[in-house]
Amino acid sequence: MLAFLIRRLLQTIPTVLAVVLLVFVLFSVVPGSIVSTMSDDSDPQVELRLKKQLGLDQPVYMRFGTYIAQLATGDFGTSFRTREPVTTMIAKRAWPTLQLIFASMAFAVVVGVPLGFVAALRPGGLVDTLAMIVAVSGLSIAKFWLGLMLMYLFALKLGWLPSFGYGDGGLKYLVLPALALGVSPMALLARTTRAAVLEIMTADFVRTARSKGMSETRVVKWHVMRNALVLILTTMGLQFGALMGQAVVVEKLFSWPGIGSLLVDSVLQRDIPAVQGSILVVVLFFLAINLLIDVLYGVIDPRIRYA
Amino acid sequence: MMFKTIAIVAGLGLALTATAEAQTPRKGGTIRMTAPYGSSFTSLDIHTTQRAQDEIYAKALHRSLYIWNSAEGKPVLELAKEDVVSGGGLVHTFKLRDDAYFHSGRKMTADDVIWSYNRIMDGSKAYPGARYVRVIEGAAAVEKGQAKEISGLKKIDDFTIEMKLTEKVDPGFYFFTALTSIYPADEAAKESFIQKPIGLGPFKFVEHVPGSRIVLERWDRFYKPGKPYADKIVVSVMGEAAARDVAFRNKEIDTSVLGPAQYVAYQSDADLKGTIVEVAEVFTRYMGMNPNFKPFSDKRVRQAINYAIDTDLIINKLVKGKAYRATSWLPLTAPGYDKAMKPYPYDPAKAKQLLSEAGYASGFEFEWTTSQNESWGLPIVSAVIPMLDKVGIKAKVKQVETAVLAEVVRTGDYQAFIYSQASGPDPQAALKCFHSATPQSACNYTTFKNAELDKIIDEAGQADDPAKRIQLLQKANALLYEEAPVWFFNYNKAVMAVQPWLKGIQLNATELTHQNVEDLWVDEASPAK
Repeated sequence: MLAFLIRRLLQTIPTVLAVVLLVFVLFSVVPGSIVSTMSDDSDPQVELRLKKQLGLDQPVYMRFGTYIAQLATGDFGTSFRTREPVTTMIAKRAWPTLQLIFASMAFAVVVGVPLGFVAALRPGGLVDTLAMIVAVSGLSIAKFWLGLMLMYLFALKLGWLPSFGYGDGGLKYLVLPALALGVSPMALLARTTRAAVLEIMTADFVRTARSKGMSETRVVKWHVMRNALVLILTTMGLQFGALMGQAVVVEKLFSWPGIGSLLVDSVLQRDIPAVQGSILVVVLFFLAINLLIDVLYGVIDPRIRYA
Repeated sequence: MMFKTIAIVAGLGLALTATAEAQTPRKGGTIRMTAPYGSSFTSLDIHTTQRAQDEIYAKALHRSLYIWNSAEGKPVLELAKEDVVSGGGLVHTFKLRDDAYFHSGRKMTADDVIWSYNRIMDGSKAYPGARYVRVIEGAAAVEKGQAKEISGLKKIDDFTIEMKLTEKVDPGFYFFTALTSIYPADEAAKESFIQKPIGLGPFKFVEHVPGSRIVLERWDRFYKPGKPYADKIVVSVMGEAAARDVAFRNKEIDTSVLGPAQYVAYQSDADLKGTIVEVAEVFTRYMGMNPNFKPFSDKRVRQAINYAIDTDLIINKLVKGKAYRATSWLPLTAPGYDKAMKPYPYDPAKAKQLLSEAGYASGFEFEWTTSQNESWGLPIVSAVIPMLDKVGIKAKVKQVETAVLAEVVRTGDYQAFIYSQASGPDPQAALKCFHSATPQSACNYTTFKNAELDKIIDEAGQADDPAKRIQLLQKANALLYEEAPVWFFNYNKAVMAVQPWLKGIQLNATELTHQNVEDLWVDEASPAK
């Protein structure tokens, strides 16, 4: 297990380096520079000085080398835009994003998984039909539109919740953005769970268990659920990563102070160190979640070995 | 004169202001403003950022030598009580306030003013406010590293400063924005300042949640007696217009900038109609034409473009009436705006005739660089293309991001572009953007060169009589209209919805969201504590 973890951690290094290189090269070739957004000064010398100050006067390979050397010491660089250390900026934004993502996933699991189970137990029935309508709708609805509808209903019409903002970080501010972000993974989990359960229900070992006289409750609990969980976990792992990316829309809409909105602002203003730092954190988060899911596979199904 | 113009275009807003003035301001409460321009605040160091978004909070936290007076439509003294002009209009002796305290409790002195201006001219930092401070003699030398202190700034005593300028201009136009805010010399030099800024404004810093909000609370030692009225100000970052709309209707925010679609919706809603305030801001939207691209070097072609586009139709149908038709460069609220000027009429036949005279009877093709901006970007370009097509001109769209467009217009890498550019508040500075000595990288984006225009602008700069100066600027504006280096599209109509309990909103033509917040107050109807 320890060897597996060390191997996986080592495998992340080339992945991270590749992402860093890709982002660096992309932002070196796309047009536009932060200098044009920082000052509309009349003196071209000022622009040159600004470029020199930001290190933008150096060739790409030199800047990349400097950046990698910085990264090796845990320094993500200094934001062109705010002139703050990027690590400080990300630290301020990380907790709100984690709150949002985990709340969304909690909603997705708590609603999506039981919905898929219930639907699969009576395939073709009313509950199944309704559950699949919910699932398909949930996957189809744009997050921006859904967020607005949630604001309209729960804030404006019912007056139960605030429509925007982070407030004091309390639950009432989290509910609507988490719902807006969580509906899509909820729908996907419902469909995945239903498909997995339906497949397992017809498997040989389930038929054997039933023929041995095992009650339906025990069959579902000991055979179906445990086996379906592996697929559900895989879906959850992938969705965690996807949520990091999708949080951008929701964070902007709800004025939520997360990494997603930091990334968008930084891209629009060509704040390269902040873009690189934000993307790096997203990638690291995705890799960490995947590693965690791999470990959990073994816990759920002891037949899975860490080869 | 200026206020009359604003009054004409402001209608409802003026009524709101008048009502506010008739009542006794209430002490206490929270003002909940919004920062509507997309991204989060750039920095808590307002010297480093020129974005309109950042100045919204900076107007509460900081103060500059001058401040914009919306009622008078001009900058007025703020941190100084008196300005004595001598030396042929080049030397200004400012008697500073002796009752202005920083949020640290220390009194502002002349040293702070000098330190702040020297900081802004630090050439290694390229602060955007340098373009204003550069008007002080010796400031450029500091910027270039040839001197350590601005020679044209002299401390006479703790509360008196002498400022020698390089040009005969009104320093008010140069020293009223937050880019030239006065910082406390000692505290601002510390690294902690960027996390917890200290200013001279009516509200002091409490909290910044990046990407979400800034919270400020009343500074009890603010120098204007009895002000500010409110206990607290919260400025929320809300870039999404639809989200702002819900929050405004839900009474969670007190101000909301409206886009064209919401402008129409609010006007037709009986409950919301009365919340609208509007003003002609000092921004001109236009299509710039590159004179190095052969057809555009001919004045007749440029004029033909102006005749070929049904500008009123676009403003009414596409911009939903949220703009004023441009009649040359200077906007409605600029000193010197000439009411007698008439816009180019929609006349495709005349356009065809001019094109024919210029040798383009069968038309030509050009590439039009645009951003996706809804008010002066791709939707407008898309509407104009068929109109140009009617007279034989084919336009190909080149869409870029706003940040890229800013670079494109300054480097000249275009055949034509569509843009929004500050055309005020100083009419002389606005027209100087078309002076041949003004580089493209500054604001002469169409590299306009005209000896006659240069002469008139130079004469205006030397005129001592304000009336004579205005007369010359009007002449320059009329000449520009005739030369048509651009398609004169519109002047921005800024529209904001304001909750009925928020009083004292000023119709700021330089930027409606920039409010002198010490004059705002909320009545008992406000749901915020």
